[in-house]
Amino acid sequence: MAEQFPALIIVVPLIAAFFIPLIGWWKKQLCYPWVVAVLVVTFISSLGIINTVMTTGKFSYRLGGWAPPWGIEYALDYLSAFMLVIVSFISLMVAVYSKKSVEKELPEKTVPFYTLFLLLITGLLGIVITGDVFNLFVFLEISSLSCYALIAIGEEGAPIAAFNYVIMGTIGACFYLLGVGYLYVATGSLNMADLAVILPNMYHSKIILVAFAFFTVGIMIKGAIFPLHIWMPDAYSTAPSAVSALIAPLMTKVAAYVMIRIMFTIFQPRFSVETVPVMTILGWLAFIAIFAGGIKALAQTDLKKMLVYILVAEVGYIVMGVSVANRIGLTGAILHILNDAFMMACLFLVVGAISYRIGTRDIHKLHNLNKIMPFTMGAFTITALSMVGIPPACGFFSKWYLILGTIEAGQWAFAAALLCSSLINAVLFFRVIECAYFKPMEPAYANDGGETHMVQRDEAPLTMLVPIVIMAAGIILLGIFSGNIISSIIQFAVPASF
Amino acid sequence: MLDYVIGKYNFWIYVVLMMIGLYAMMGKKNLVKKLIGMNIFQSAIILFYISTGVKKGGATVPILMGHAQGHGHQAIDVAGYLNPLPHVLMLTAIVVSIATTGVALAILILIYRRYNTLEEDEILKIRKDTGV
Repeated sequence: MAEQFPALIIVVPLIAAFFIPLIGWWKKQLCYPWVVAVLVVTFISSLGIINTVMTTGKFSYRLGGWAPPWGIEYALDYLSAFMLVIVSFISLMVAVYSKKSVEKELPEKTVPFYTLFLLLITGLLGIVITGDVFNLFVFLEISSLSCYALIAIGEEGAPIAAFNYVIMGTIGACFYLLGVGYLYVATGSLNMADLAVILPNMYHSKIILVAFAFFTVGIMIKGAIFPLHIWMPDAYSTAPSAVSALIAPLMTKVAAYVMIRIMFTIFQPRFSVETVPVMTILGWLAFIAIFAGGIKALAQTDLKKMLVYILVAEVGYIVMGVSVANRIGLTGAILHILNDAFMMACLFLVVGAISYRIGTRDIHKLHNLNKIMPFTMGAFTITALSMVGIPPACGFFSKWYLILGTIEAGQWAFAAALLCSSLINAVLFFRVIECAYFKPMEPAYANDGGETHMVQRDEAPLTMLVPIVIMAAGIILLGIFSGNIISSIIQFAVPASF
Repeated sequence: MLDYVIGKYNFWIYVVLMMIGLYAMMGKKNLVKKLIGMNIFQSAIILFYISTGVKKGGATVPILMGHAQGHGHQAIDVAGYLNPLPHVLMLTAIVVSIATTGVALAILILIYRRYNTLEEDEILKIRKDTGV
């Protein structure tokens, strides 16, 4: 059983997704428990995989018994096992949370929603687990296609945003596919480990350079890395709450994972760092992204839109950590993938809960929210402190490593950008916290009728509250145990050549 | 120069097609034209892949006659067969491209129902007027 976990983690949600229409046709209420049960299985599988990796080192799973490089191989090392746990845990939490929010926002579309939801998770898990570049493209498109459809069923303006995303996302995927084609023409192989062996002999070749350029641009579009992020704010902010809570933390992080894989596994770091100036360019783009994201976020009054622009800046952090290309910076980047996935998931879950109860996401209308939804706002505050970077919340530790990495690389401007970004985050989040906790009731509201003086406590329903509280507790725990996470997993996940 | 173009004409065709598709996606206002541009873009890549599997000089489909009965040590003449792998990859890519088109068309129907037009500038104007 245990050695089949790599297959189960993909096959179970994929097959289960196709059973949802049948189950929904029989009894609509059963879709939700089915999805949660399936995601529990994937989560257990991912824990099994990371356990195997930590006890016996990296291993590979041959699909159908065909030996690589001919067959498709699932390559499980520290980095992919680590990503599998993140993806499966956050998708489980979002699935638990989705019940009430989907019932309210998409009452007629529960069955297709859950089908697409599982397909999206299958795609994300597949991207992370596969050791084959073309297989990665297929999973990338499985996740993107279900993502397009899930965004399109959102609120006003969602179809337009989704259509722009389809166009941009397809360009990204096609560029990736072209990169795969060029590598195949040059090497005759599609297996990542095999490519890593063949490629160093042909680093001078122009084909390889072009392939690398196509890969970089394709992943930049898919992962919403700064200048190519234009499709993201509209798409993520108009999507249904449960969907944005899933895609905002995971899609961008998985794309960052693919970037690390391509740059440091398929290509050797010496190629990515020395042959082409891509790291310098990415670093400065991340520098602009951190400021541009922060400033655009300051201009928003819609809480969800503000978070989406913060996400642009957060992706910039990860790219910056990758671009300094040293051990500490990359440790910070990988740790930030984990931490940011938790923080973003928690924030988007909170926003979903607020719009579920209050019906607005305008940050100026959130008066007295601490009395109405004390636990939700508590979780929001913890996450806000983590985003600003106050220990012991986890955001502090990844930022610490990122800053150490930029200093080691001698990039003082980048270190300054990371610190400034903390300040911008402080302004952004304390603005929301001030409205929610300290602003007195406006007279217009107070005179609205006798009852508004007494603020009724109206906490989010339990299925929404539990994931939010777990994520907030997770943020603190990840911070406290970040030393253990680094010493037992992340230091082995950083490519050995650093 | 001319020899350079003619000798690698398959790559030139794919590049030209791809640029046409890219132009349609960026330059056209009509959303259906954007979608068609996307399709041209994807087809160009499919053509590129397929052309890479071609071998000149009498190469044929890779059905190995006579090697199936345990003549394992007998070397297979690679030059005699086309490379099937790019073609197989493209079967998957075609499925992906059809699925993308399907999703995009469904989204276009949603857009048309909501705004009664598929011109991008008109939709932007409607959204601006209604303040959304």
